[in-house]
Amino acid sequence: MSNLSLTIRNFETEYADVRKSMRRVQVVSILLFLCAVLFSAYVGGFFAFTEVSLPTGERVSMLKIWAGLPRLGEYLAKTIPTLRLESLGSDFAEWFWRWKTWLRLLWETILIAYAATVLAVVGGFLLSFLAARNLCPARWVAVIARRYLEIIRTVPDLVWALIFVFCFGVGPLAGIMAVGLHATGSLGKLYSEANENIDMRPLDGIKASGGSWFQQMRYGAVPQVIPNVISYTLLRFEINVRSSSIIGYVGAGGLGQEIRTAMSLQEYTDLSALFVIILVSVTIIDFVSEKLRHRIIGISEHWT
Amino acid sequence: MTDAPHSDTDLVSSAKARLPDVFDKSGSHTLTPFVVTLAVIASLGYCAVAFGATPARLIEGLSRLGTILAFMFPPHVWTTWQEWSDILEGLGETVVMAFLGTLLGAVVGLPVALLGAKNIMPLNWLRLFSRRGFDALRAVEQIILALIFIRAFGLGPLAGIFAIAVSEVGTFAKLFAEAIENTSRRPVDGVKASGGSNFQAIRYGIMPQASPVILSIILYEFESNSRSGTILGIVGAGGIGFLLADRMAAYRWPEAWSIIFLIIATVCCIDAASAWLRKRLI
Repeated sequence: MSNLSLTIRNFETEYADVRKSMRRVQVVSILLFLCAVLFSAYVGGFFAFTEVSLPTGERVSMLKIWAGLPRLGEYLAKTIPTLRLESLGSDFAEWFWRWKTWLRLLWETILIAYAATVLAVVGGFLLSFLAARNLCPARWVAVIARRYLEIIRTVPDLVWALIFVFCFGVGPLAGIMAVGLHATGSLGKLYSEANENIDMRPLDGIKASGGSWFQQMRYGAVPQVIPNVISYTLLRFEINVRSSSIIGYVGAGGLGQEIRTAMSLQEYTDLSALFVIILVSVTIIDFVSEKLRHRIIGISEHWT
Repeated sequence: MTDAPHSDTDLVSSAKARLPDVFDKSGSHTLTPFVVTLAVIASLGYCAVAFGATPARLIEGLSRLGTILAFMFPPHVWTTWQEWSDILEGLGETVVMAFLGTLLGAVVGLPVALLGAKNIMPLNWLRLFSRRGFDALRAVEQIILALIFIRAFGLGPLAGIFAIAVSEVGTFAKLFAEAIENTSRRPVDGVKASGGSNFQAIRYGIMPQASPVILSIILYEFESNSRSGTILGIVGAGGIGFLLADRMAAYRWPEAWSIIFLIIATVCCIDAASAWLRKRLI
């Protein structure tokens, strides 16, 4: 009996020790975290002051955040168009006064997204076999392919757009290249992860019956990953529509250039009109591609 | 197995009977891939014509791209501390923006997520309403938010932080709500059975199950924001992007490439750090 109580006491002291050391780690990490938050709040300008002139004419110094909030409200209020019930039609016509240009640019945006997606699918699909650890013909090929995909994915598409606008001139061509290159990186990574999760036995079978590396990929790997590839591609198309509506801001075609013009000319209601156009078209594309994706996934489940 | 096939022809015909689709060589099965390929090529051709992508223009663009790429090596190294401190400050600002923006987004997003979770919010209309609200927040591009916040707070990281935070609220609320919905009911029943309040049921029944998922979502979004934070600087919302856009506008390509390399290195460090944290915390 005394033996048992001794064990229990030993356990309790040990437990208390472990608890104490865990507490210590917890306190230290919370303190570190708080320091990081305070430091980054300082760097981020949360404690910065700015001069504001009051309606009475005197100038006082105020926290920047506090001074900015009312301006934010004003700005957002200005973008709301005046819509009256009695003249709704003409008010809408005034709100969307440039609808012809906007529709043309919306079509251009969607075309940019489409062409970029096609390029990204071709590039990403080819690279994904080289970048998958289980399928690559040689170790160094995989390392190079992975690094390449990582680099083109880490650089945002707006930066690629800046580079390609210099190369190909202002216009949608630069946009296709920029969005396509960035999307190649993301899709290549997703595809190669799908490739790494496949069943290797079909490939072994093809290899055993004398198939080349290419034939192993074509008849062993591709049929297994196709449903994943299609679903990732549709998801990426949605993302590409969003980003190609932005890249016009640096001159790479699409609706973004209108956003820039409206901002610099202070056409506030144009901004909300453009926002509505982008929101509606993105929602429609999301909806259609979700339906398509479910159908494709359903079909592939039916097959297997 | 009384009617087991005796010869190869029997084997083939029995296989044909079992899997008619595989042996169907007529019509749509062989035609579809060709039609799809043709349609894709035709539509790409239409794009090329519509956008004026003539071979001459492509070749000229690619040769210019080659010129720019040639500036990559050897990488430009700044010689004075002044220039280095500018660049490092910009990089630090980008990381700080991603960190604070993600944190603010998560702090606001967590309570909001409770409104959108099926197992917590019994009111259907409020749940669906908040879900649509999350969707609307996510639909606004970060860079547009940044442009709006620049009007309010002026150029600088403050605008970037708020742009990241607001767009992250939508993302976090949606993902957190899904994480909360995927928890098991049983701990909640246990807490309730021993007399716990609703708040206690959430705190001790649901949160311990959801917190690993929530933490890993936060870390993932932090990584992704430190990648995309670069572009906020291009419009003037603070961070390294401003310096990068400035170097590009001045055609100082060697410096621009060096900045891009430094961005990639920073992102790699953050990925490694967050992988380490993920292993420690979860």
